[in-house]
Amino acid sequence: MAQPNIANRDPMSRAATRQLLWIAGAALVGLALLLAALGWAATLTGGGAAATHALDFKTRTVTTSIRNDVPQLDSSRSKDIESYNILHTVMEGLLRYDNNSNLVPGVADRWEVDGARVTFYLRENARWSDGKPVTAHDFVFAWRLAVIPETASEYAFLLYPVKNGEAINRGEMPPESLGVRAASDRVLEVELQNAIAYFPKLTAAQTYYPIREDFFKSRNGRYAADTEDLLYNGAFRITRWVHGASLRMEKNDLYWDKDSIWLNAIDIAYITTDAVARLNLFQDGRIADVDYLPGEALDQVLQQRWSLRRFNDGSMWFIELNFREDRLTRNFHLRRALQLANDPAELVFKVLKTPSFTPAESLFPSTMKGEHGLFRQQYPPPHVPTDLTEARKELELARQELGLDTFPPLVLLADDTPAAITHSEYLQEYLRRNLGLEIRIDRQNFRQRLEKQQQGEFDLTLKGWSADYDDPLSWADLFASWNLNNNGRYDNPALDAQVRIAMQSLDESERYRAFAEVQRILIEDAVIVMAYERGVMYVQDPRLKNVGRRFMGPPTDYSRAYITEEP
Amino acid sequence: MLAYILKRLVQGAVTVWFIATATFVAMHAVPGDPLRGERIANEQILANLEARYGLDKPLLEQYVVYIGGMLRGDFGLSYVQQNRRVNDIIREHFPVSATLGILAMAFATVGGVLWGALTAIYRNRLPDVVIMFAVIVGISVPSFVVAAFSQLALVSLNSAFGSSLLPVAGWGTVWHMLVPALVLGLSTMAYLTRLMRSSMLDITTSDFVRTARAKGLPPTRIFLRHQLRNAILPVVTVLGPQIALITTGGFVVELVFAIPGLGRYFVDAVHQLDYTVIMGTTTFYGAFLVFMVLVVDVLYSFIDPRVTLE
Repeated sequence: MAQPNIANRDPMSRAATRQLLWIAGAALVGLALLLAALGWAATLTGGGAAATHALDFKTRTVTTSIRNDVPQLDSSRSKDIESYNILHTVMEGLLRYDNNSNLVPGVADRWEVDGARVTFYLRENARWSDGKPVTAHDFVFAWRLAVIPETASEYAFLLYPVKNGEAINRGEMPPESLGVRAASDRVLEVELQNAIAYFPKLTAAQTYYPIREDFFKSRNGRYAADTEDLLYNGAFRITRWVHGASLRMEKNDLYWDKDSIWLNAIDIAYITTDAVARLNLFQDGRIADVDYLPGEALDQVLQQRWSLRRFNDGSMWFIELNFREDRLTRNFHLRRALQLANDPAELVFKVLKTPSFTPAESLFPSTMKGEHGLFRQQYPPPHVPTDLTEARKELELARQELGLDTFPPLVLLADDTPAAITHSEYLQEYLRRNLGLEIRIDRQNFRQRLEKQQQGEFDLTLKGWSADYDDPLSWADLFASWNLNNNGRYDNPALDAQVRIAMQSLDESERYRAFAEVQRILIEDAVIVMAYERGVMYVQDPRLKNVGRRFMGPPTDYSRAYITEEP
Repeated sequence: MLAYILKRLVQGAVTVWFIATATFVAMHAVPGDPLRGERIANEQILANLEARYGLDKPLLEQYVVYIGGMLRGDFGLSYVQQNRRVNDIIREHFPVSATLGILAMAFATVGGVLWGALTAIYRNRLPDVVIMFAVIVGISVPSFVVAAFSQLALVSLNSAFGSSLLPVAGWGTVWHMLVPALVLGLSTMAYLTRLMRSSMLDITTSDFVRTARAKGLPPTRIFLRHQLRNAILPVVTVLGPQIALITTGGFVVELVFAIPGLGRYFVDAVHQLDYTVIMGTTTFYGAFLVFMVLVVDVLYSFIDPRVTLE
């Protein structure tokens, strides 16, 4: 280097270092001042994630986290799990789910079913959080609100069994023509389009929750947008809600069943989808539980020797096949080949390796209730053994029937989530190796996958399904020819007939026989290829007891939980 | 100068309009539909939804409605957070991102300038080698790794200590923001250190510094007035875009530390195809970026008297 290096000469370098130290000192003071100012500013935008402990026995408070901010607390329009969990804690329908997914009386203490007429008798001491009684009028208003086209509720279809519900939703009839009326403040009379056996079960869904007209109107379109824009009739009420940051619920002293509520407060202090971050908070003693753990989180759980728990959230995963005219998967032998080659046990235990998953055997979950006890005990699904030799024979038959030399690649439409990527790549390799079938994976993000699925742009697609209400019909009608969620457009009059029986019959035994027939057809006609029953892995502080973890209704419920002093 | 600022503001408005239009076109070109959920009961429900959000109108009309709303400062209702106005989302969550961003930027600038100057003074000696190694690490390790790692370190520290020294995640006090801000500012700090170092070295060997030394000015004066002040100019230049980068790039840090900032909404909106939030946040950030660049340019003229704004 030709230039002299001034910085390395001693007097200059020493002077510069001294100067730099002064500057650094001044900068530190500046930073401290800035911190103080920002600290004050942060309290204004505050999450209020105070340094509380996960469980507080004295104040009867449980602190927890959720994955996403709550999108919609207007019960007439709400459709997602996160909102349903909160709504079920702060609101109550005519019926509600207990911790074991059973339906128990809610606002209605009894009801009578007489053909197409259902009468609900509301309990005297059901109150709104402002002290006024919950009346039959509040249900009439809410149900009309949910079906009118202007509300554009995605779950309006849950109200279609009520007389004229569908016609009002189409804008063909006035909202007043809905088959529900308040015979008095405490008697709600419902007239159904057709007599159905399962109507009272529907009324536990959030779409059927009451909304009080005068309050709704007083919010000027902001109903449920914030804490003060909601009126509660459930076990808790929301006392603080900082969007995206925290949500706190405190016991509602006006709730009719307040004596069975032990907790004073449920504090959701953190909102993040990052499971590892939530586990870190759990390890640090800030939150009482973490649910929806991904497979990657297992290491940390095992290392810390926490006991890993699971619950079945009733969501079933399978490969849906396309039955449209131009699709090869319309061919029975090809579908049968895919079905025979399928090995859900290998998929679950060797590939996905998430301990909460179990291999699926039917479209109906193993926990689904039947006429007596579990449905599956009464009507076990036909067993399909994994048989590669038979599968190859079926594939050959398919090739001959379709008049093909070789099979063109089949399109497998899948999400871009880690589980879906692993699953689809495994299938691709498995089918190539064992059947010589080429699979082209069409990986899409959530919204685009939905669009392509609903447009039928696939041969095979990974799909999950869970029930909207507590009746097997919520699964059984999925492949009815008229159901738009039947993305593969399966169209089988025999199956449709069974679904109609299940919808219309008032005889429970006959209905369950129909469900068993649906199950048999789906398997014998190789309509779907089974994958897994999703369970949810979670960890929970052993001192926290009686948290509801359900496969039907809202999955997580702290409202009846209590804390013990010792584990 | 006022005329200059005015001219730049007009240019900025055109840029923002262009950003908004490009986003609108790109967003509608992507397949998928924000209103389609997992369940479709019938086409009627979808039609009702489309009518509610005005998606049943022709695209050009939607564009006009949208730009019209934007001019009135109204970005509309979110599709996913259905009861919230996009304006409210920005108003409530941008201050959080900004608070975190300011602190991260302060860490980054102070650290970058000081470390940069230090490494230049001790060029090729131990402090230089150590700091420059750290700089390479800071630039090359992605922020999600740093964020996850530092959170794990916090948990271990807390459990070793027996009680919580610093919160692991969350928002609300100054203690919540220390670590996230450091993580967020880390790569910028590394970048600025490198920039400052090379610019210091350039200055140190320049003619005017040699002249200053020759006329016998005291070393402290040379360092402060001649070297540092000149060397800092390139750092100021990149400050504008870096501020924007930090305020918009907080997504990962916000997720890991459960901070209710705007970054999460910005990224989630794209996944969810939440049209109004995508448009609102992109346009807002676009305007913010344009404004920051302008601020830096004006700032420049104060530091460097040779620069005149015309």
